[in-house]
Amino acid sequence: MKASVVVFPGSNCDRDAAVALEAVMGRPPAMVWHGDAELPKSDLIVLPGGFSYGDYLRSGAMAAHSPVMREVIKRAQAGTPVLGICNGFQVLTEAGLLPGVLMRNATLKFICKDVHLKVERTDTAFTRHYAKREVVRFPIAHKDGSYFADEATLDRLEGEGQVAFRYCETDGRITAAANPNGSRRNIAGVYNETRTVLGLMPHPERLADAALGGTDGIKMFLSLVETLN
Amino acid sequence: MTVAARAAKGAHSITDETVAEHGLNADEYRRLLKELGREPSLTELGIFSVMWSEHCSYKSSRVWLKKLPTTGPQVIQGPGENAGVVDLGDGQAAVFKMESHNHPSYIEPYQGAATGVGGIMRDVFTMGARPVANMNALRFGAADHPKTRHLVGGVVSGIGDYGNCMGVPTVGGETNFDPRYNDNILVNAMTVGLVDANRIFKSAAKGVGLPVVYVGSKTGRDGIHGATMASAEFDEASEEKRPTVQVGDPFTEKLLLEACLELMAEDAIVAIQDMGAAGLTSSSVEMADKGGVGIDLNLDRVPCRESAMTAYEMMLSESQERMLMVLKPGGEAIAERIFRKWELDFAVIGITTDSGRLVVRHGGKVEADISLPALGAAAPQYQRPFTMRPKPAVIAPEDVPAPNSILGALETLMGSPHLCSRRWIWEQYDHMVMGDTIERPGGDAGIVRIHGTNKGLAISCDVTPRYCAADPTEGAKQAVAECWRNLTAVGADPLAITDCLNFGNPERPEIMGEFVGAVEGMAEACRALAFPVVSGNVSLYNETNGVAIPPTPAVGGVGLIPDIAKIARAKLAKEDDVLILIGAERGHLGQSLYQELAQGTTEGAPPPVDLDAELRTGNFVRGLIRAGDVSAVHDVSDGGLLVAIAEMALSGGVGAELDAPPQGLPAHAVWFGEDQSRYVIAAAPKHVARILQQAETASVPAKIVGKAKGRALKLPGEAPLSLDALRSRHEGWLPGFMAGG
Repeated sequence: MKASVVVFPGSNCDRDAAVALEAVMGRPPAMVWHGDAELPKSDLIVLPGGFSYGDYLRSGAMAAHSPVMREVIKRAQAGTPVLGICNGFQVLTEAGLLPGVLMRNATLKFICKDVHLKVERTDTAFTRHYAKREVVRFPIAHKDGSYFADEATLDRLEGEGQVAFRYCETDGRITAAANPNGSRRNIAGVYNETRTVLGLMPHPERLADAALGGTDGIKMFLSLVETLN
Repeated sequence: MTVAARAAKGAHSITDETVAEHGLNADEYRRLLKELGREPSLTELGIFSVMWSEHCSYKSSRVWLKKLPTTGPQVIQGPGENAGVVDLGDGQAAVFKMESHNHPSYIEPYQGAATGVGGIMRDVFTMGARPVANMNALRFGAADHPKTRHLVGGVVSGIGDYGNCMGVPTVGGETNFDPRYNDNILVNAMTVGLVDANRIFKSAAKGVGLPVVYVGSKTGRDGIHGATMASAEFDEASEEKRPTVQVGDPFTEKLLLEACLELMAEDAIVAIQDMGAAGLTSSSVEMADKGGVGIDLNLDRVPCRESAMTAYEMMLSESQERMLMVLKPGGEAIAERIFRKWELDFAVIGITTDSGRLVVRHGGKVEADISLPALGAAAPQYQRPFTMRPKPAVIAPEDVPAPNSILGALETLMGSPHLCSRRWIWEQYDHMVMGDTIERPGGDAGIVRIHGTNKGLAISCDVTPRYCAADPTEGAKQAVAECWRNLTAVGADPLAITDCLNFGNPERPEIMGEFVGAVEGMAEACRALAFPVVSGNVSLYNETNGVAIPPTPAVGGVGLIPDIAKIARAKLAKEDDVLILIGAERGHLGQSLYQELAQGTTEGAPPPVDLDAELRTGNFVRGLIRAGDVSAVHDVSDGGLLVAIAEMALSGGVGAELDAPPQGLPAHAVWFGEDQSRYVIAAAPKHVARILQQAETASVPAKIVGKAKGRALKLPGEAPLSLDALRSRHEGWLPGFMAGG
């Protein structure tokens, strides 16, 4: 399996993503500079977290128009799996690869803490290593993570099984108290229609190492390796 | 008309008023005239004013700073560079420094704090290190002061937005609320970076005819006179100084970090210096002065953000995210390629010379021509008069009244501004980015793994201002000892410290006496604990209308953890573990938080630190951690033994059944006394007898105080205090306060 991690000016979780990928792939991913119009042959493209272009204008808005994104969009449309984490999720919505937008957190503050997530389906390339209805713990670290889409879109996402993760209690209940940022219907991550593009605000790569206090995140990368090898 | 505006108009007469506006007194101006041999141009006056400011010249403190120990086998670079460097073994080194941004943060809390964080990170990556952890030490006024909420919100958000965008985890810090900071808050920011020990970059521009290169952001009119502003007291008009506060752009700094590290991997740089306080002036002067060369600058080439900037403005601007480099011959092409890639400004703005002078040209005119020693070595040095205040009396434990209920007092203390959870603050800081955070904020010390290894760095910031206010010498000693203790409590070998010495106006003998006393206390503790000072800064004039802050010598320490599998945390998580107090119990209540609760004030002498006992006790505890004999460790500090145990219980989720205190001391002095050099450890019952035996052999006092049990804290003769109730008080105060409740 070959993976590429796109590095935008202001990306800062690119190394974290690369470390998690290398741990499961046994070799490092290609780090691709945003200004490159060419993208190496990749079985997986990762858009990492960070503050591309300083979040100026809108989070992800400028990165979505980077030269490399034309190729990312082309590959995604051709079926190459794309994973966008945090700022990467914001870029994917701005690039039109995923529906909805990420707005300022309801608290208006940056929030960094562990949250619990319900894995909505386990038949995708990203989640097959999780158990059905498993509750996982991933950290969040964002200021603009409140997922928004209009009601019709939200209904469609739910109807088509495009909701990937929801913020939940430790026992899996979906409650307002478990929603850290005001996301509509507690949505933490969504798929595209073919479930080959995933964007999520929480960081699976940050709890993919027992020394850091948890390993729930590693299963996402193991799922990808198993699917794409 | 402001000085800058006059400069823009080209009015060049130097009047007494102009000199005073530049913060120079009559003696200092006479000294300037003698050095220069003629009347200065306005640009030259501006250059002298910043270089001779307290902030840049350390004119009041330098003679005393020499007393601090700065060497040791672990020290690669002591004070004098952008940051200190200590050896970590395996060819790696830690680069770190703490710096104050007090004055700007009071005037404009968001930008003041943000640019403080930006500045300290630049100091660290200027030396070739990648920043791997941030910390901060914050002092605010009383909770009921009308400005406090605004200042807390702005400072925290400013620190968060800058560090988060940079992608450097903020792994801890400390915060105090005290009315003595009402009109002068303190924002001290610390950064720790990692570097290969043979790839450290310094600021001495050795070599003549070398290109002087400007990189980073453009120069604007912000921050002019920031260093001078930070070298004077505040009064009612201080808010008018807002234009002297710089504006930060963390995105540009992130690009600057990556571009600098990329260039540093090449063989192109002779010297590098960030443009911090006093901007282009101090960076060019320091590089040339240290290298023993001269420097010619052509300001026509400086990238400017605004049109028609004068030489005066360009030399004094404190626009952020800028660096000055001296490159090897031919290095320009490599540097330009890298900086263009990162879309940053790049310009060759000068050359090193053999003249020993700073020559500044602009628009075909020589705007300044000053010998470098005049700006550096000839800067005023003061032996300011000082008076030491008498030592306060020691207060007997019996003289502080007992509470109705020990656990009731505990609940009140744990829900007070002093001891409540700081979660509201640190959840706004990304403390996990870079994927190496082993211990998140809230413990005794933050821990980050050294990337790609099993080693770790422990980091802690400490000082107890009320101790320092009562006795600057003992207080400063305690600050160093507590920092050493916090690093020890997680299992680290303490290596060295950085300091931020925050004081009032040194021209007042009693303030100078506080400074002298604190330096002496720090020096004594640093020597006894082999914990030298490798970097730091001094922030004076933290006073408003003649009222000074308490002396606040903040200490930031770094320790090395040889194996991150062998660390300790404060979490009490195993039922039936035995709680053991390590260290001597004296029931010292003078200057304690309990005393404030019981009497509405703190008084008397602070708890003394026995440095021999500190070393012995700490080494013993570290040995237990390394041997894997303990399941939790926490140092005993603010609030005393019971607070330490309560924090362990809240952190791990298991309560404690505590034994009745010994006869001879009042119970409240046992539970709330702030005796120093103590730790609480939790150990499995099977290890206890051996631990007590080993303690006796090591001449370290140790006694069982209770055991881990249930979901409440229990004391004989008192109703239990449930952890849920305690947690709700402990977690509730700060969010409630910030919400305006």
